[in-house]
Amino acid sequence: MSENKEIEILLSVYDKNEEIAALTNTKLTNSGIYAINVMGAPGAGKTTSLIEIVKRLNNVTPYVIEGDIEADFDTKTLLALGVKAIQINTGGACHLDSPLIDKAVEDLKLSNGVLFIENIGNLVCPAEFMIGEHAKLLVSTVTEGSDKPYKYPLAFEKADIILLNKCDLLPYVDFDEEFFMKGVRALNKNAPVIKVSGKTEEGFDEVVSWIMEKVKK
Amino acid sequence: MHEYPITQHIISVASEYAKKYGGTEVKVIHLVVGETSGYVSSSIELYFDIIAKGSLCEKAKLDIKRIAPKLKCNQCGELFVRKPFTFECPLCGGEGSPTEIGKEFYIKSIEI
Repeated sequence: MSENKEIEILLSVYDKNEEIAALTNTKLTNSGIYAINVMGAPGAGKTTSLIEIVKRLNNVTPYVIEGDIEADFDTKTLLALGVKAIQINTGGACHLDSPLIDKAVEDLKLSNGVLFIENIGNLVCPAEFMIGEHAKLLVSTVTEGSDKPYKYPLAFEKADIILLNKCDLLPYVDFDEEFFMKGVRALNKNAPVIKVSGKTEEGFDEVVSWIMEKVKK
Repeated sequence: MHEYPITQHIISVASEYAKKYGGTEVKVIHLVVGETSGYVSSSIELYFDIIAKGSLCEKAKLDIKRIAPKLKCNQCGELFVRKPFTFECPLCGGEGSPTEIGKEFYIKSIEI
């Protein structure tokens, strides 16, 4: 048998997803849309946080793409609030990818506003795939525990803003804030960490101010 | 679970390159997979045989080089693999920052 011939390829497997994500990002920017990829574990309060944010947006049209493995409860809640929302069911896939979002963006016919893309409840894969967003918003919670930056470093590293939700429960859970912040800051020097509560609604004004600053730029 | 489409992609790229260089079959595919790339090497291997059937890659051997994620110490510059629940440098006790090491995932080469 003849010797094998080696052919160098050196092609990143991410290229395809990132290429489409970059195109989507340009399309969104050209339509005056600031897109935020909302990430967090199941039950962290991603939709609740979105509702609190959307309620506080003045003079800016909110759009929402809801990613879910199944069902559309979250979308119905948002539609009831008068938000333009669209549901994507991934049918088992653990994260949204750029071709899915590119299609949804076409369907939503967006212009001038903020687009929130609620990713699948998962702290792993969503952080790894660009979907055309301008920023990543991570919802973490005091009930998940303070070790999350250590266990899911990529999500914390990639986030542009981190919401620490359910902080009304701080007196009842053993959440070591110092340990949490130490982990966050080792991974991410810049993202603001804002304590919020979907229950008491505290902290969301600050989140909205951050978003509005970005939208203006 | 997201390894399925990526394995399809790898097979189609490998077959395409083999054809371009006049190969009739792909004998080896060399992949480099960072452990925080989000792809599990064993899942890629699992899907590979199923998807490769009938393609130029049917008999190909997958050679996967796994890369452990490394942090870079902010104080002494040492690159290190971190221990659970800490980002501390094993040499000087400084704090490590994330690097791109361990996030890569690419098709290095094929053998035909």
